[in-house]
Amino acid sequence: MAGYTDPGFDTLALHAGAAPDPATGARATPLHLSTSFVFESAEHAASLFNMERAGHVYSRISNPTTAVFEERMAALEGGVGAIATASGQAALHLAIATLAGAGSHIVASAALYGGSHNLLHYTLARFGITTTFVRPGDLDAWRAAIQPNTKLLFGESLGNPGLDVLDIPAVSAIAHEAGLPLLVDATLTTPYLQRPVELGADLVYHSATKFLSGHGTVVGGVLVDGGRFDWQAAHERHGRFPELCEPYPGFHGMVFAEESTVGAFLLRARREGLRDFGACLSPHSAWLILQGIETLPLRMQRHVANAQKVAEFLAGQTQVSRVGYPGLESHPDHALAQRLLPRGCGSVFSFDLQGSREQGRRFIEALQLFSHLANVGDCRSLVIHPASTTHFRMDDAALAQAGIAPGTIRLSIGLEDADDLIADLKRALKIAAK
Amino acid sequence: MKLTVNGHEAYAYTGGRPLDTTLPCLVLLHGALNDHSVWTLLARWFAHHGHAVLAPDLPGHGRSAGRPLESVEALGAWVWQLLDAAGFAPDAQAALVGHSMGSLIALEAAAQAPQRARALGLVATAFPMKVSEQLLGTAREQPGRAIAMVNSFSFGGIAAKPSYPGPGAWLQGGELALKHRIQSRQGGLNLFEHDFRLCDSYARGLEAAAQVRCPTQLILGERDQMTAPKQTTALQAAFSAVPRVQRLNAGHSLMAEAPDAMLRALRELLGA
Repeated sequence: MAGYTDPGFDTLALHAGAAPDPATGARATPLHLSTSFVFESAEHAASLFNMERAGHVYSRISNPTTAVFEERMAALEGGVGAIATASGQAALHLAIATLAGAGSHIVASAALYGGSHNLLHYTLARFGITTTFVRPGDLDAWRAAIQPNTKLLFGESLGNPGLDVLDIPAVSAIAHEAGLPLLVDATLTTPYLQRPVELGADLVYHSATKFLSGHGTVVGGVLVDGGRFDWQAAHERHGRFPELCEPYPGFHGMVFAEESTVGAFLLRARREGLRDFGACLSPHSAWLILQGIETLPLRMQRHVANAQKVAEFLAGQTQVSRVGYPGLESHPDHALAQRLLPRGCGSVFSFDLQGSREQGRRFIEALQLFSHLANVGDCRSLVIHPASTTHFRMDDAALAQAGIAPGTIRLSIGLEDADDLIADLKRALKIAAK
Repeated sequence: MKLTVNGHEAYAYTGGRPLDTTLPCLVLLHGALNDHSVWTLLARWFAHHGHAVLAPDLPGHGRSAGRPLESVEALGAWVWQLLDAAGFAPDAQAALVGHSMGSLIALEAAAQAPQRARALGLVATAFPMKVSEQLLGTAREQPGRAIAMVNSFSFGGIAAKPSYPGPGAWLQGGELALKHRIQSRQGGLNLFEHDFRLCDSYARGLEAAAQVRCPTQLILGERDQMTAPKQTTALQAAFSAVPRVQRLNAGHSLMAEAPDAMLRALRELLGA
């Protein structure tokens, strides 16, 4: 035997799932803009539909370019496979819809991206799936919220808007004790900063729109299965997850946990979720995201270094009453971040500007390098003032309940020179103070 | 399906169809620290093309209860007991196909009952299937590390297509998770070390090969670092009839890395 040669993260980011194209020799991953793929024969067609052979049929279910993105993400996350979706929200919906139905229950962190909160609190409730929200750091609350009909626990690696650090080892232990999986939204950390599966999470998803793509050019999502959760054992113990462990009349009576001991979740999610809900990723979008992933390690290093410098600068300003960045000792989860996010805490954070909504608005308008828009994870630095945009309908009391002050500003630190970013912030702070 | 073999519950995957014992039987035997799920694509194809397929979890592996058996010889006998338990006639023939450790079991089963073996497929095989003392030591002291090492050696690349069981699956991750799952289900027993010792200690390969009477095919991975093709030279020479040898563009995990080529090879062996 040759030496022990598992490829490293940076190598996987460039090569996992992709070899030179055997048909043309193309070194970069080809973009397969084809809805469908020719069968060799009627027998070949039947065997593909019946999962007797692996291959591509129709690009809603799978596509060669999209598959490279999926396999690369699974490799980077340390999972068994992945499914690309039309957006991060589609990935969250796919994860839930694969395991839960009317009458099901979810325990979720209260510190969620607004869109995720909307889905759980309002939209899924309309379909009979209810959610109990708990403070992410309150481990007793996670445990107490579990019900007999609970299907999963869910949190963000870095919570919104205060960047609460999810204690994945502790929360996953609570989940597993109850025979439940833990789903983690790892958008803000990416696998470069943290691999939730290694810490105990079972399912991980990303808005690939953000750091994975990294260039603000594409909307997409991806759901990764760590392959470690034993659905069959949970079924035998509690009767949960018949969706994976009992025959599914909607697909040849297949018992997904028999077909794949460690990949049952993804089989059902693809064969049912992509087939029926249809929120697939365009191969063109997958191709664009792949270009971003190739430089993910380099970009994340720079994002984190810049974010730390900017956070430290802001923490030293008298006009700033709070900087919510776990890389600073002042953050309540700083110690946890040191343990779970040793490579850094990402580059999205908020800070509170002392003063009124009007001062917040003036600050935003004075910025020249930061772009005022509703996104994060771009290579360019971004800014938004929640009180005058995403949360403008709320009065100050309602804002406070959501953890947002009138002067709260959210930044997404990009790849520019940190000194230029700091100069831009300095100028805007002066103008806001006038 | 669940069966009782030697007083222990045994599980066998039947390819998505109820087992029909009037059809030609195909037995698919997994390797060390694996289970039936390494065979599911091929099992489904043959089950839907006129075969009664049994892809068991070996005793003590996956869904099959009981202690793991202590020798390849005992597992060879277990294969025929499995067929009896499944309701096949006592003289019913079966095609036996095994991967890695499973190939030794298939070889041994074919030698123990030559009249019942209809065809023999040895996938990623070698004889002797020696395991280094260093790896056995790591398996004993640090099974997690040993599993990671073996997993790394089990693949010929990081971009096999069309992947297994389908697009979007990361083969290295799937195999690693499976090995950990099988190991963890055994509680106190170090199944990894057990299985590798079983391979290492099997000494009857050449003798068994000489007893085989059915058509035999070796299906080997060109880039196999676990059981390199050159390690089959003596074995090939030991069969009374020269076996057919197919070398596929893959590493050790042939069913995962080259599922279509594997299907072609087995169809040829079985005349299907």
